[in-house]
Amino acid sequence: MKRILVGIKRVVDYNVRVRVRPDGSGVATEGAKMSINPFDEIALEEALRIKERGLVEEVVVVSIGSSDAQPQLRTALAMGADRAILVQTDAAVEPLDAARLFLALAGREQPLAILLGKQAIDDDNNQTGQMLAALWDRPQATFASKVEIDGDVARVTREVDAGLETVEVDLPAVITVDLRLNEPRYVKLPDIMKAKKKPLDTISATELGVTPRQRVRAVRFDAPAARQKGVVLKDVTELVAALKNRGLV
Amino acid sequence: MSHVLIIAEHDGRQLNLSTAKCVSCAVQIPNAQVTVAVFGQDIEAVAASAALIRGVTRVLRIENPASVHLLSAVIAPQAVALARCAYTHVFGPSTTFGKDLMPRIAALLDAPQISDIMAVDSAHQFRRPIYAGNAVLTVDVSNEAIVVGTVRTASFDTAPATGSAAVERVSVDAALPLHTRFVALSGASSDRPDLQTASRVVSGGRALASAENFKLVYELADALGAAVGASRAAVDSGYAPNELQVGQTGKIIAPDLYIAVGISGAIQHMTGIKDAKTIVAINKDADAPIFESADLGLVGDLFTLIPELRAQLARS
Ligand SMILES: Cc1cc2nc3c(=O)[nH]c(=O)nc-3n(C[C@H](O)[C@H](O)[C@H](O)COP(=O)(O)OP(=O)(O)OC[C@H]3O[C@@H](n4cnc5c(N)ncnc54)[C@H](O)[C@@H]3O)c2cc1C
Repeated sequence: MKRILVGIKRVVDYNVRVRVRPDGSGVATEGAKMSINPFDEIALEEALRIKERGLVEEVVVVSIGSSDAQPQLRTALAMGADRAILVQTDAAVEPLDAARLFLALAGREQPLAILLGKQAIDDDNNQTGQMLAALWDRPQATFASKVEIDGDVARVTREVDAGLETVEVDLPAVITVDLRLNEPRYVKLPDIMKAKKKPLDTISATELGVTPRQRVRAVRFDAPAARQKGVVLKDVTELVAALKNRGLV
Repeated sequence: MSHVLIIAEHDGRQLNLSTAKCVSCAVQIPNAQVTVAVFGQDIEAVAASAALIRGVTRVLRIENPASVHLLSAVIAPQAVALARCAYTHVFGPSTTFGKDLMPRIAALLDAPQISDIMAVDSAHQFRRPIYAGNAVLTVDVSNEAIVVGTVRTASFDTAPATGSAAVERVSVDAALPLHTRFVALSGASSDRPDLQTASRVVSGGRALASAENFKLVYELADALGAAVGASRAAVDSGYAPNELQVGQTGKIIAPDLYIAVGISGAIQHMTGIKDAKTIVAINKDADAPIFESADLGLVGDLFTLIPELRAQLARS
């Protein structure tokens, strides 16, 4: 069966303004609203559209983490994914280990493509997709704003600093998605009910042959240097004068 | 002693300034020897400009017709073949080029990557922003023989072109895949300053309300000799092309002057400009969050204020 794997990371919702704990030991996330990483939602939407075009038969969502990620996987199932896999571990998983876990799943599931968000909005690492492609020895098409699948080839438009780059990759491949690829659908109530009956399998990281290791040790968390609140000027004349004062015009 | 290998970013003709920023970062590592690797085809001139960057000890020029489009799948195996001989750090810029390439190198080296390095504390301790810049994380990789990093270019100065490193032509032995093919690159080439390196930037937001109105932003930018930027909302709505987006998922910039026109100041936008020296906000809503971090503010309708500002600048 032709299928797409989609990564779903549970992160602090993008509307929450996280703060560093006063003792620098971490970021205070207790009680914060948790959501699917926005980029992953876009990856899932794209996979669903590819399925709706009849190019694959199954969309499988995967989350790596503790059982706390189940609600996010249920949401993904409600959006339209066919089944979910929770790769369970209580350890913090670095991108290279996440890539290894996806690689192990790629071996089991033989997907046509693996779609991931280009970055997660908590760690902002932007690494996992590229690392997975390297370990899998397959193409990567990152920062996608358009994906066209034609047989065993994908044509992907990528948002790069210089504009838009189009690449053609042989499938299977890893595609990481950018914000403008699509607008994810809203979940409807009946779909939430239906999603409860869809399969959600749990497998441990060790069963997949990976014991997550912490290689990048967090030493300290600091609040960013705050900018001073400035002055509001009366009119354009005052603004031009202020700019001149600072030697900016 | 640390041995830093920097992967040069270029477009085949010119070295990108991001490379000199990576060098500024690398030389902050105590006792660092800095080597720049230039991959591509017909890159003699690019390699020559890399050799001028102060702080660079050696430039390696690796010519290969397969490298012409700098596809990560093609460059990574070559970079890995180089990096395996005695480097402690492999750095690239945190631009779309480096973001795409460096993790592929890291995985092949079985090395961890530190993304968006904003400060160097020691050879194995670095600082980086997380949560869209809401926190700064200090990380330690003391147990690693080799680490990969991307350098947040806005955090470092451009190392001056006063050096004179030797350029060596080297060849590497690596199997290169054919599974990834370049098709096209389209971007509006303009005579305006480059957003990433400009000392002045004028950005427009959703308030511009149409691509037609966005001309106001271009005109103000031209009056100032500034580059043009945009918020995500302006890009999503099609008022401005994607390469102009500033912020967490766009470009991270540090101009001397940043003028935000009709931009509310969402955290994802502000993280892209927090190193700007002077931020000017023009917004009709006095309570817009952007005024919390702007040095200079004007409250009012941009459609009257921008033409007025242009007129006054023209007069002065
Ligand atoms: C994962 C993720 C990543 C993101 N990455 C980015 C990013 O990289 N960059 C980015 O910019 N955003 C990013 N965003 C989006 C961000 O959250 C905001 O939605 C966006 O920045 C808003 O753009 P804006 O300020 O132009 O629009 P709005 O928030 O709608 O603000 C428009 C402003 O214009 C003012 N205004 C309206 N009319 C006038 C007028 N006539 N004259 C003067 N002022 C007027 C209003 O008062 C308002 O403050 C991201 C969001 C997510 C979830």
